[in-house]
Amino acid sequence: MKSIVIVGGGVAGTITANYLAMRLREEIREKRVSVTIVSDREKQLYEPGLLYLAFNRVEENDILKDIRYLLDPQLELKIARATRIDTEKSRVELDTGEALDYDYLVIATGSRVVPEEMPGLVEGGHWFYNLDGAKRLRDELAAFRKGKVVISVMGIPHKCPVAPIEVTFMLDEFFKIHGVRKEVELLYTYPINRIFTMETVSELVQQMFEERNIGYKTFFNPVEIDPEKKVIVTLEGEEEPYDLLISIPPHRGSQVIIDSGLGDKEGWVPTDRFTLKAEGYENVYVVGDATNLPVSKAGSVAHFEAEVVAENIAAEIKGLPPTARYFGKAMCFIETGFGEATYIWFDYETPPRLVKPNKFIHWMKLAYNRMFWLTARGML
Amino acid sequence: MVVVDARGSYCPGPLMEMIKTLKQVEVGEIIEVLSSDESSAKDIPEWVKKAGHELVEVKKEDDYWRIVIKKLK
Ligand SMILES: Cc1cc2nc3c(=O)[nH]c(=O)nc-3n(C[C@H](O)[C@H](O)[C@H](O)COP(=O)(O)OP(=O)(O)OC[C@H]3O[C@@H](n4cnc5c(N)ncnc54)[C@H](O)[C@@H]3O)c2cc1C
Repeated sequence: MKSIVIVGGGVAGTITANYLAMRLREEIREKRVSVTIVSDREKQLYEPGLLYLAFNRVEENDILKDIRYLLDPQLELKIARATRIDTEKSRVELDTGEALDYDYLVIATGSRVVPEEMPGLVEGGHWFYNLDGAKRLRDELAAFRKGKVVISVMGIPHKCPVAPIEVTFMLDEFFKIHGVRKEVELLYTYPINRIFTMETVSELVQQMFEERNIGYKTFFNPVEIDPEKKVIVTLEGEEEPYDLLISIPPHRGSQVIIDSGLGDKEGWVPTDRFTLKAEGYENVYVVGDATNLPVSKAGSVAHFEAEVVAENIAAEIKGLPPTARYFGKAMCFIETGFGEATYIWFDYETPPRLVKPNKFIHWMKLAYNRMFWLTARGML
Repeated sequence: MVVVDARGSYCPGPLMEMIKTLKQVEVGEIIEVLSSDESSAKDIPEWVKKAGHELVEVKKEDDYWRIVIKKLK
């Protein structure tokens, strides 16, 4: 029997698993193939929902679902943490003491924020990039009436490149709704010499920031937060004061990648940009945020990559040529407040072009927030 | 001298790699960045100037740029 092991129960892991179940239905039923997914959490978190949770537009229960409920019944689920991936022996070791042998491995261990790596940030700042952070920020925002809010991107890469822009637009509108926008100063900071990595997006967003009286600073690389004085100290030698700091903390790959020696310095797995195989391995694939690819760390990317990986693994098992390739396809919605949104679409060769923000795209994003669970289940 | 070989990575890869390295090395250290992305030849010197370090050299090799800087503070 051939065994496929998927490590990680985020969107990348569950879509890949469900696609495999669809393509290998007969093989699994006849016990010629098994597909096991290892997740260290019982529930999947729909992370894009955190942006809305911070403004109290959705609740915790709306954005968490039991992984069991998301998986095809033919799949096996193990709730455990993978502690080591041994590529020599083709084996994944779990914290339960158990080990899983694989013929094919899919690494879908995602990314995580490490606010503790920025001195002073845990004491002095906020973030909405994980559930606890988003809940803490929600309470802070509900009480905030006056002062300077700094939205600061503290490293690249980070999940969902456009989320810092979205939160900034939403803050502008949130404070307007509460009648205190005139008392609140908004400042957005970014590490490179424009406000976003992609030039076309950067130009339009910069113009919109100016129209809405949102300040911005570029070439801004925080090295330390002073929680007492409430200032951000940068590598460029600036000291920026704040009343409320909303950070996009530094990101890292999963600990198991680092511990197994499979990643680069920050824990991203070197991955072939077309086949999505881990470099140097024929039977190890990487999907979603875990890769080192120069594509966005986004759910949509995980989705498009999962199609390629599932198709190729299924083809190999069936003795067919594995010819599917990934071309960097990505799609992101961009909220420009609570009433309008735009979106970008791009790939390795095609830069994004923004369409004028409108109500329809905003409704699409809100509708997708609810439909997402169909994506995780491999249906949409 | 520390070499940051960022060839094959695109904006903002080489600049961000250089910034990460600069945070780790001692004052006075020379960092050499190799980048195949043309925008690095403009972005990196611009950042070095703003951050108050020394730009030692920007040189076009066959199919990549060599940008050498010195950490001053
Ligand atoms: C605020 C916010 C807004 C966003 N908005 C958007 C958006 O609008 N559109 C979009 O496309 N994307 C968006 N994203 C990005 C998107 O959520 C991520 O890119 C996506 O979740 C990546 O999926 P993943 O499965 O690769 O990784 P993850 O979601 O990080 O999942 C990885 C899973 O693996 C588990 N795991 C890790 N290590 C182990 C181990 N050793 N053993 C067992 N399990 C392990 C983790 O616990 C986790 O459950 C947003 C993200 C955030 C934070």
